[in-house]
Amino acid sequence: MSRSSTDRIEKRIELAAPVARVWRALTDHKEFSQWFRVNLEGPFVPGKITRGRITYPGYEHLVMEVVVQKMESERLFSFNWHPYAVDSKADYSKEPPTLVEFRLQKTPTGTLLVVSESGFDSIPLARRAEAFRMNDGGWTEQVKNIEAHVAKAP
Amino acid sequence: MPKRHERSERTLRRSAPIFAALGDQTRLALIARLGGGSPLSISRLTQGLALTRQAITKHLRVLENAGLVRGVRHGRESHFELEPEALDDARSALESISRQWDDALARLKSFVER
Repeated sequence: MSRSSTDRIEKRIELAAPVARVWRALTDHKEFSQWFRVNLEGPFVPGKITRGRITYPGYEHLVMEVVVQKMESERLFSFNWHPYAVDSKADYSKEPPTLVEFRLQKTPTGTLLVVSESGFDSIPLARRAEAFRMNDGGWTEQVKNIEAHVAKAP
Repeated sequence: MPKRHERSERTLRRSAPIFAALGDQTRLALIARLGGGSPLSISRLTQGLALTRQAITKHLRVLENAGLVRGVRHGRESHFELEPEALDDARSALESISRQWDDALARLKSFVER
């Protein structure tokens, strides 16, 4: 099955740290919380839900919730979650989730981390457009920014 | 640097009508109804919204002008459907998620390398 360009995001990053160190930063919920900017309440356990309040400035009203899928030591960590979950009053549980995968590989200088998030195509287009609007602090606000920008440099 | 600035400005200008078209609850509701994929008549689209047929038609024209929906003749009635290129919006949404990952991974990098 071929995937469309809108279904999947993939990121590759070289980290100058041993695989064991990166694995811990990803799978220890307290360490994950620090760099991801969330306050996860419990550890990651395959098949279990972990949730916590986002600590990223401006998003503190949101609760992040992941369902851990795989934890293959120092190789693969994956979970499901709901992307665009930007409305604290909405119930996203009936929507299909996306799958986030962290794959680790030892390199001469440290670790190659490949992160992918897939499954976006199952989420209704309208929801994505709406989430994008909310995500960026309101498109009405965006339009004002655009107007100001264009007015400044016509 | 100036090149990049010009480019982003062009992109912004091109996107402005789309932002404006979607920055309205009624129009978002219409997009949501058309999200199922099949063309719908104006009467169908008006159902349940506290607006007249004329008002809805006006909103549909705004969406049409922004390239988000298109009108199709269905006998004597006008139907509307989502413009496939509205997928670009999905890409924009994906780009914003993509940027969030870039930020998160940059934070992870400084976290494990310190």
